Amino acid sequence: MVPRPAGARSASRRPVTAKLRGSRGLAGWLFVAPALAFYAVFVLRPIAVTFQYSLYDWDGIGASTWVGPANYGKVFTDPDLFESLVNAVKLIVFFSAIPVVLGLAIAATIRRIAATRLALVARTVIFLPQVIPLVAAGIAWSWLLASTGVVNQLLTLVGLGGVTRAWLGDFGTALPAVGMIGAWVLLGLCTLLLLAGMSKIDPALYEAARLDGAGPWREFISITVPSLRQEIAVCVTVTVIAALASFDIIYISTQGGPGNTTMVPGLQIFYLAFSEREVGMASALAVVLMVLVMACALPIQWFAKDGNR
Amino acid sequence: MARRGRPGRSGAALVIAMGTLAAACAAPGSDNPPPQATSTSSTSAAPTCGTAPVKLSGYFETGFPLPKELTTEFTKQHPNVTWDIREDQFAVITQNAPRVLADNPPDLMRLPQVSELVKDNLLKNLDGYAKAFGWDRWPASQLEQLRMGPGGRPRGEGSLYALGLNFSLTGLFYNKKLAAQIGMSAPPTTLAELDQALDKAKKAGLTPILQFNGGATGGLAFPLQNLMASYGPPGPINDWIFQKPGATIDTPSNLQAAQHLERWVKAGYFQKDVNAVDYATMMSRFIGGKGLFMFNGDWESGNLDKQMPGNAGFTLMPPAQQGGKRAAMSAPLTFGIAARAKNADCAAFFLNWVATDKRAREIGVEVGGSHPMGPADAYMPEVPADKVTASTLSAGADIAKDNGAMDFIANATGAIYAKSWTPQLQKLVAGQQTPQELLKSVQADYTGQLEGN
Repeated sequence: MVPRPAGARSASRRPVTAKLRGSRGLAGWLFVAPALAFYAVFVLRPIAVTFQYSLYDWDGIGASTWVGPANYGKVFTDPDLFESLVNAVKLIVFFSAIPVVLGLAIAATIRRIAATRLALVARTVIFLPQVIPLVAAGIAWSWLLASTGVVNQLLTLVGLGGVTRAWLGDFGTALPAVGMIGAWVLLGLCTLLLLAGMSKIDPALYEAARLDGAGPWREFISITVPSLRQEIAVCVTVTVIAALASFDIIYISTQGGPGNTTMVPGLQIFYLAFSEREVGMASALAVVLMVLVMACALPIQWFAKDGNR
Repeated sequence: MARRGRPGRSGAALVIAMGTLAAACAAPGSDNPPPQATSTSSTSAAPTCGTAPVKLSGYFETGFPLPKELTTEFTKQHPNVTWDIREDQFAVITQNAPRVLADNPPDLMRLPQVSELVKDNLLKNLDGYAKAFGWDRWPASQLEQLRMGPGGRPRGEGSLYALGLNFSLTGLFYNKKLAAQIGMSAPPTTLAELDQALDKAKKAGLTPILQFNGGATGGLAFPLQNLMASYGPPGPINDWIFQKPGATIDTPSNLQAAQHLERWVKAGYFQKDVNAVDYATMMSRFIGGKGLFMFNGDWESGNLDKQMPGNAGFTLMPPAQQGGKRAAMSAPLTFGIAARAKNADCAAFFLNWVATDKRAREIGVEVGGSHPMGPADAYMPEVPADKVTASTLSAGADIAKDNGAMDFIANATGAIYAKSWTPQLQKLVAGQQTPQELLKSVQADYTGQLEGN
């Protein structure tokens, strides 16, 4: 890798500039200040304000009443709210597991045919969903999955007319159906990330493995996957967060229905704050969701870092 | 690689950050000034828009041309008045209403459920205008739903906080060609006759009822409430919607209605995918001749006259007993004036003009398809009898005679539709909820929401 010039310079000059540290520090702060102010006003302050709101019973306009942690108690005792958290966790299977596993397989396949034109086509096709706005994806899929949509037409064509249904309107299939939309969107991102990671793996490793008599499967398990540890961690982090904080796809395709089977915290927060005008409850759920996201994402980060050592 | 910040410095950063947060320490929200007394009660003459140039700000609903047609005509008659109109979808208006009324108060605004807006003192009390313009001499049922007690509860009585551009009516639309196909020469007059028609349609391979019940919009609330009014009187239903003390939706006649709805579901009278059908899909299916009946409102009359001329019929929900009283969901197309609106007098004058001006009433019927507000003996434009608009207008007269107007059960509280009716009705369709438990859980949610207020 090429060393970064800035890093190299500061490292070499450090001893000489020690006495200038005060003024340099000030200049540094000046450079950081705009970004810091932006971060404080648009990230830290909203988080603090959300936490503050979560301790009140407030309709967003009128007077508010201090209720302390009561809203948090309700998040875990109200079956509707708790169920939305459970649904978000279930979505991890679709948003995270499927894209990462399938992405690994596809990336490995594309890598094998890297020189052909088919690889370029495959890469483009698989990454395309990532370019499409989530709202458009949601609309397109709700057409595909409708009772007269393409999915059911295809099923009927191959003689599976018996299983056709309104996939997004059926209690049993609505959550998996929105999960599949998410998997479709995130697969491209994972594939591309993993493909980029694969191109960094030293070809000598594969050569050595082949000399030792390893087949393609052995290569994949013993070289490709361990070398991609960091990329996989990034994929898992991004997709887990997408699952837990999902909103767009579900808002467009099912709005949480039927019968709350696809209700997720993101949507529930939106309904609570803007339809039911329970800003305190919405804030409490938002804080819980933030903690849940961090509780899921941070261990993955640590795991990736440990592997790096 | 990037250098790591020294602990002392990140500490300083934290202090700065926390300083920024300190601003947020006061309790959120505020007590608005107490409700204003009626603004024009001191003046004896009715207010007008004057002669000086006035620019009225409006916040209307996208997709409904009526308000814009009316404002255009109004400017034609009163050239000193111009308009600054913002439009949004109704769902957006519902979500924005409190903030817009508080921060950027429009002179005239399409309103969602009003109780909570009144509670936060965001709407102008119209009692003074009602007196000055004589709105209090209109049929009381027109304004009932817009009257509220102090703090927004109960609804149905007290001061006037909004007015309608017209009032709509719901019932059963039917496809005349398909009706002829199953030998239905006249609309059913009893619930039993309706059941027979549905059964015949089913046996003829038609979809008996097209309805929406997907996503966050439980459209089966339409047939359910119509069945409720078929089995019992509308009064107790209105009391429940108006949040009168002790009112309950879990009554024996409502249970019969819910059970009847369940029988329809089990008999396959709705489309199989009803839990995935939204309003627009239902409309396109009905216009495309894909089903016999559709529970909907007269806001579609004009549209249906255009899209399937001569082929759409309308009837009120038949009563359970022959000759019984009929009832229908009927609600004003609610418009209000923000408490801090700049041109409240002119906005009130406009609302009065909509109800009383001859041309305005014609526009109301032609474009809106619903009955205009106003005095009982006011001018009514002629509508050709073969139009479905004519049927809906005459049905409105029947409802007035039977005193059968009900508000919509979805309007009882701000959250009852999305949080209770919709998921419960979707569960009923999927066979995951019984009629008994459906009413019980809606009532439990309702009580909880009222206590929460």
